[in-house]
Amino acid sequence: MNLLPWTIYISFIGAFLAWLGGTRSAGLARWTALLAALGSLGVTLSAAVQFQPAAAAQTLVNIPWVPFANYHLAVDGISLTLVLLTGIAATAGILFSWNIEKRTGEFFALFLALIGGVYGVFMSADAFLLFVFYEIAIVPKYFLVAIWGSTNREYGAMKLVLYSFAGSALVMAGLLWAHAAGASFDMANFVESARTFTAWQQIGMFALIFTGFAVLAGMFPFHTWAPTGHVAAPTGASMLLAGVVMKLGAYGCLRVALPAFPEGFLFFQNIIAGLAIIGIIYAGLIALVQSDFKFIIGYSSVSHMGFVLLGLAAATHQALSGAVLQMFSHGVIAGLLFAVVGRMVYERTHTRELAYLKKMPLHRLLPFAAFVFVLAGMASMGMPGFSGFPAEFSILIGTWQHSPGWALLATLGIPISAAFTLRAVHVSFFGKADIGATTPDTDNEVHPLPPITWPEKAGACLLLLVIILIGLWPSLLLDWIRPALESPLMRIAINGAAQ
Amino acid sequence: MNYSALLKAFMPEAILVFGALLVLTHDLLGGRGRSHEYRAKIAAALGVVAVCIAGWMATTEFTLGATVDFLANDKLAFGARLAILTLSGLTVLFIGGTSKVKNPAEHVALMLFASSGFTLMAAAQNLLVAFLAFELSSLSLYILAGFDKTRRDSAEAGLKYFLFGGMAAAFMLFGFSLIYGLTGEISLAGIAAKLPQIPLSPLLIVAFVMIFVGFGYKAAAAPFHLWAPDAYQGAPATSAALIASASKVAGFVLLARFLAALLTKAGSIEIIGASKGWLGIFGALVIVSLLLGNIGALAQSNVRRLLAYSAIGHAGVMLLAALVTGVGLELPEVRNNLLLYYVFTYGIASVGAFGVIAVVENNGGCQQLSDLASLSKRSPLLGISLMVSILSLAGIPPLAGFYAKFSVFETLLRRSSIASAQSLDNVIFWLVMLAIAMSAIALYYYLQILKQALVVSPDKDQPTTPIRVPFMAAVSLLLCMITLIAVGVYPDLLMNLLK
Repeated sequence: MNLLPWTIYISFIGAFLAWLGGTRSAGLARWTALLAALGSLGVTLSAAVQFQPAAAAQTLVNIPWVPFANYHLAVDGISLTLVLLTGIAATAGILFSWNIEKRTGEFFALFLALIGGVYGVFMSADAFLLFVFYEIAIVPKYFLVAIWGSTNREYGAMKLVLYSFAGSALVMAGLLWAHAAGASFDMANFVESARTFTAWQQIGMFALIFTGFAVLAGMFPFHTWAPTGHVAAPTGASMLLAGVVMKLGAYGCLRVALPAFPEGFLFFQNIIAGLAIIGIIYAGLIALVQSDFKFIIGYSSVSHMGFVLLGLAAATHQALSGAVLQMFSHGVIAGLLFAVVGRMVYERTHTRELAYLKKMPLHRLLPFAAFVFVLAGMASMGMPGFSGFPAEFSILIGTWQHSPGWALLATLGIPISAAFTLRAVHVSFFGKADIGATTPDTDNEVHPLPPITWPEKAGACLLLLVIILIGLWPSLLLDWIRPALESPLMRIAINGAAQ
Repeated sequence: MNYSALLKAFMPEAILVFGALLVLTHDLLGGRGRSHEYRAKIAAALGVVAVCIAGWMATTEFTLGATVDFLANDKLAFGARLAILTLSGLTVLFIGGTSKVKNPAEHVALMLFASSGFTLMAAAQNLLVAFLAFELSSLSLYILAGFDKTRRDSAEAGLKYFLFGGMAAAFMLFGFSLIYGLTGEISLAGIAAKLPQIPLSPLLIVAFVMIFVGFGYKAAAAPFHLWAPDAYQGAPATSAALIASASKVAGFVLLARFLAALLTKAGSIEIIGASKGWLGIFGALVIVSLLLGNIGALAQSNVRRLLAYSAIGHAGVMLLAALVTGVGLELPEVRNNLLLYYVFTYGIASVGAFGVIAVVENNGGCQQLSDLASLSKRSPLLGISLMVSILSLAGIPPLAGFYAKFSVFETLLRRSSIASAQSLDNVIFWLVMLAIAMSAIALYYYLQILKQALVVSPDKDQPTTPIRVPFMAAVSLLLCMITLIAVGVYPDLLMNLLK
């Protein structure tokens, strides 16, 4: 158990070694990065095996650091779920970045630095420490997208980072305000004392902190960074962005904003739910009419993160546990979708335009990609047997308990999600090769495409396995998540809603 | 007058002056007929040795035990002297190898003279000593700014700096004389004792305004900032580094001492009635600096002007830090070392940034942002040094700039325990919120620098040849980088020095 902090250190050390290795050869950098990611994942798995689900968070490290904060790491079921997600997403992301040839060492160094920050956020038991890790995770994103990205990369990268940083400025303002009003940064104390603030203080602080984190979670109307950022990013980075970075925002909302400021939460509850439902439906509808394959997945991420936010807004026990499960599930599914679109398809066909893809019989050219995408698409639609189903289902049930109207509205998102996913599957992989005018670059003839490489297969199998495992056996994670929601800190969030 | 005590107290300054003379003599006798590079290296080496010995003397009992009533012997003076000497030493290192200006020995000697002025400023306890030290450092800096006799820009920088500086010094001296006239004291302690008994007369206000004009100029705080962009642009990069680093430390430490004497009752933190109104104007200075610096920087395409505007923005936060330190100087629970931590780490980052500029300049010009294009490819060391320095200026963890920023805000917001003026709390609250908002904007222009250095590939007409970093410059860059990271990850390394 006490090895878990090493996920952070392994990532940062791995980042440095990958950079050093990259100055020698690209292969060295790749293998270093993969070993670091696997090392962290291994540490997480061994901790997961020994993990005893309990209400209280188990402290890993707690040493004095700066005058107003301790270096305090702890895990409970929620943290562990997301740490596990990070390990899986990082490993898969590195496997799908295997073909990066340009400045390989720097790529993996930034990639692992980002991962190290993410691990840190999920394990922080101190609001200041959480904020530090949160900001560490911001800057590498800029370079990952701007240097190795594709469409409109410099714009996408800058937008992504400025949105994130503006969000983190709001969080910083809120945290400092609460701290000045008498809450020390240690999470338990922060939540306890923040609850005693006057209603108006809580409303103000909640607005700052929740909005700041929600920007990164892709809440409507602050979601616009997500599609452009995801599309501009190289495959490995978009897997991370959708897979774990958006979860940082949701996690911040769940861990800091909700429990600490119940008055503020009650004040904004309807607005948050409304925005979440708008996000689900609006982003889904936009995904329905996109012509760029990657934009479809980008908007679908926003739509699915809407479910997480809805779960947070409903704040019943069932909805919150569903929201955490959805964070995990969406992290894996979105990662897989981006991997297929960005790596398997785009880097072979050099187009993401559905109009062109339609003319290629991709299901014959890339059967493995088609197979994986169909499964991932089904998972994304929320078919039973895949991890998306238990997650979205328990969010909807939980939301119904609080407000049937919200649940009904949100349910509209499910057929929309099915529609845009099926459209994407149909048009891109099963388009008829003999229909339509010929274009110079496809010309109706079947080009042999480079075969799928082993890292891609390994990464896809890893992610598929997780999706199906959790789909069939969700209680594997729910048994961790549910007790964690019973802890005094999190119960406040639930009671706050029930008042 | 006890001359042996005097010598003890002045030991670091005496060594600096002696070192400067030695550098000049050696160049005069031994430098004749030698290559420019050789002369630069020897001068820089001698200069660094002098700075090191001065630094060592400043930490020994010999100097610390000395008691002279016009030089402070407190932790602030101790820390400021060390900070100034460290920054000067790092700057002087750049001259060995990068300086193309004529007469490198005189360049080094002037820097040592300037540094002795800075260290005196940091310890001054008396209006006369303060003014003499102020002038000693300023005169050296004017010459340093205009030191590159072959470039018109440099002459313009020197002249503008001199005209503004001369004016500001005149204002300051007039302010001092008024204070002396009103209180009959020239020691700060005496003034602090007398001032609370004097009613707030127009004459006193005039005296305050005039003194603050002088400090505003030294700090490059708006609206007294106009010299800064031109001086940063035209001066040799090493001179600009000194103006941006050690000069700031000295100016702000002296300002903190003045705030302590002018604004608070001697020995207590209660702000005296006579100066309450003044704090509003102080706040205005902060607001104008923050806005003008950060928004002005957005429009810059010249990297040095950009750094100058960023310095103006930072001056806003430093003024706030000086307020904390000045008003809480005598109190253990207020972190006195905050200001020093902020200015010192800011200085290190500035030296790092200007050091990179100096090295690039040596390989063909460094004015426009695009001159930095693909720096990381031309020299990985320069690329990574620039990244660390700029990200520290931007306040990204885990670099020192983040902790500096955060802890200043944190202390300011907790300031209800510092002084008991209710309306002031609100002012401070909004000032901090403004500063946080500006820090989000600031990331945009800092990323513009890093985008050039790390992301963009160069145009055809730009040089892409690898840059060889001279040994001394490399040492200095590495030291800057290590300091920024180490002190950022574990701030107590520096803070404990001053406890």
